[in-house]
Amino acid sequence: MITPATPKSWYLPSKPHKFCPGCGHGITLKALGEVIDELEIQDKTIFGCDIGCSLLSWDFFACDSTQTHHGRTTPVMVGIKRARPELITIGYMGDGGGYSIGSQHLLNSAVRNEKVTLILVNNTNYGMTGGQMAPTTLPGQKTETTPYGRDPELTGYPTKGPEFLAELTSDGAYIARGTVAKYKQLKRFIKNALLNQIEGNGFSFVEVLSTCPTNWRTNAQQTWHFLEEEMEKEFPVGELKSPLGKGDK
Amino acid sequence: MQKVISETKKAFMTGNETAAWAALAAGAEVMYGYPITPQNEIMHYWTRLAPKYDRKFLQTEDELSAGFTTSGAVQAGVKAFTATAGPGNVLMQEPFGMAEAMRLPLLAIIQQRGGPSSGTVIYSQQEVTLTTYGGNGEGHRIVYSTATHQELYDYIIKGFNTAWKYRFPTFVLGDGYQAKMREPLEIYDPEERGIEMVKTYPLIGREGHIGENREPQHLCNIYSLEEELYDVVMKTSAEYEKISPEIVEYDENLCQDADVLIVTHGVVSRAADDAVKALRAQGIKASYFRPITLRPFPAKQLREAIAKSGAKKMLIAESAYGQLDRLTKQEIYGETIVIDHLFMPGVGIVDHDIITKVKSML
Repeated sequence: MITPATPKSWYLPSKPHKFCPGCGHGITLKALGEVIDELEIQDKTIFGCDIGCSLLSWDFFACDSTQTHHGRTTPVMVGIKRARPELITIGYMGDGGGYSIGSQHLLNSAVRNEKVTLILVNNTNYGMTGGQMAPTTLPGQKTETTPYGRDPELTGYPTKGPEFLAELTSDGAYIARGTVAKYKQLKRFIKNALLNQIEGNGFSFVEVLSTCPTNWRTNAQQTWHFLEEEMEKEFPVGELKSPLGKGDK
Repeated sequence: MQKVISETKKAFMTGNETAAWAALAAGAEVMYGYPITPQNEIMHYWTRLAPKYDRKFLQTEDELSAGFTTSGAVQAGVKAFTATAGPGNVLMQEPFGMAEAMRLPLLAIIQQRGGPSSGTVIYSQQEVTLTTYGGNGEGHRIVYSTATHQELYDYIIKGFNTAWKYRFPTFVLGDGYQAKMREPLEIYDPEERGIEMVKTYPLIGREGHIGENREPQHLCNIYSLEEELYDVVMKTSAEYEKISPEIVEYDENLCQDADVLIVTHGVVSRAADDAVKALRAQGIKASYFRPITLRPFPAKQLREAIAKSGAKKMLIAESAYGQLDRLTKQEIYGETIVIDHLFMPGVGIVDHDIITKVKSML
């Protein structure tokens, strides 16, 4: 029997994980786990998770971890990193936590070029609370609080996180958007974001386009179509800013 | 760590300057803060002094961030503090609540200003309820209310030790008057006075290799089941109640024999102390009781003061509309002493105010 390879940095007593079937968090956290292993940073990593579905990762890794409040993972990671710069801090959050309730922390930590790594999972809705509109909800997309579809006249257009962070940050920042549909690329972006922190260059941020079939009410085919076609059209994938040498990519 | 004060010095300084020196002397390594009057000069002095002693500072984007960055630093085992007031104290209730839930040893200095809302930038005692019982929890906090600059200095040093010894968020509750006025005090190195500073330790970011000689730490403040949360809150409550007798502090004067017992806290206690002396000189048997810790409250000691004084009346005087009054009444439930009050929300109380009120009661 072939057992699937499990990252060494995963915390096995909390497996199998608690995300819904078809959710992209598991893929994202697998990429992160493999990167933590490859960079050999498990012992000095502080993994911080937000409220929302990202919360379910609070004991996901065999790394020291801390769970915070909705939107407040960024300042907790900043507080740790400034107090103990030798630690590697990884903040893990959703689009609501990062772009809505915690947006002032995200924006200002980016401006200050805080040497933390933030991974933000964009699934275009608030999953944990039952599928409300998020800052990233697409125009026309139906959610519990936009039952007739998101109307940009009333609630604006989707937040383009990496784009605004790329504009705000100074040299040394690493900004990228990956997708769970392109695993190798996503893993490379996450690795670069951590290398950038290790090298002490500055703020590192990866948005991850992810899936939420439970709240999208989609089957496997529709889920994948929404991710690869609808979302990628609105949210282009790639590295927006990188101070790392080309060879590192 | 470099010593800040080699030998005891006489100083004449503002309360905010006092607070910065006290934090330095206590060995605080980090301050995270956000500007709000009347606590600003704590940051101003810290930012001037800290680099000389290899200490750190960050001006955050708001008080939420100041509270949460502070909570991050203490989780990583670093002695850290913040300071705020008024609406900033309101915002910081969110991180303070998390500190309560996760038993984080952070220290916050609160310089009360007038409220509600933006109120005034000057003075009040209207942040008692917020500082003792703010947040969606049970008030598992330790709150020292200071009356003088010497106390500000002493209790900030003590507050760091209390926080790290017991792992409850700890507050030093001052006010705008204490923040801004100058008065004499002695500043000293705590170790020189025989005060042993409690060692800090990391809750996360520990030494060792995971899976070899240590387990990973998973800290959380949310639970899936009612019973899980119940167990945590009941355990915390039991621990808080167990340690409370060790923490409680109070001050009293002339409580052996009195007709009226005056209860105040913080800077108003100075007016009460003067009023008691003046009233005694006029043949009126007044006495004085002051909780120094508002959480936990010296209820047993106040009940004893009521009993031994034989006082038939109590006056509660405060620069708020009944916050100390409510706190006191809930703590001495069942006592039959008649309680009158002098509420002057957001304005100072002098001895004359208390003397006039006491005379009207007798």
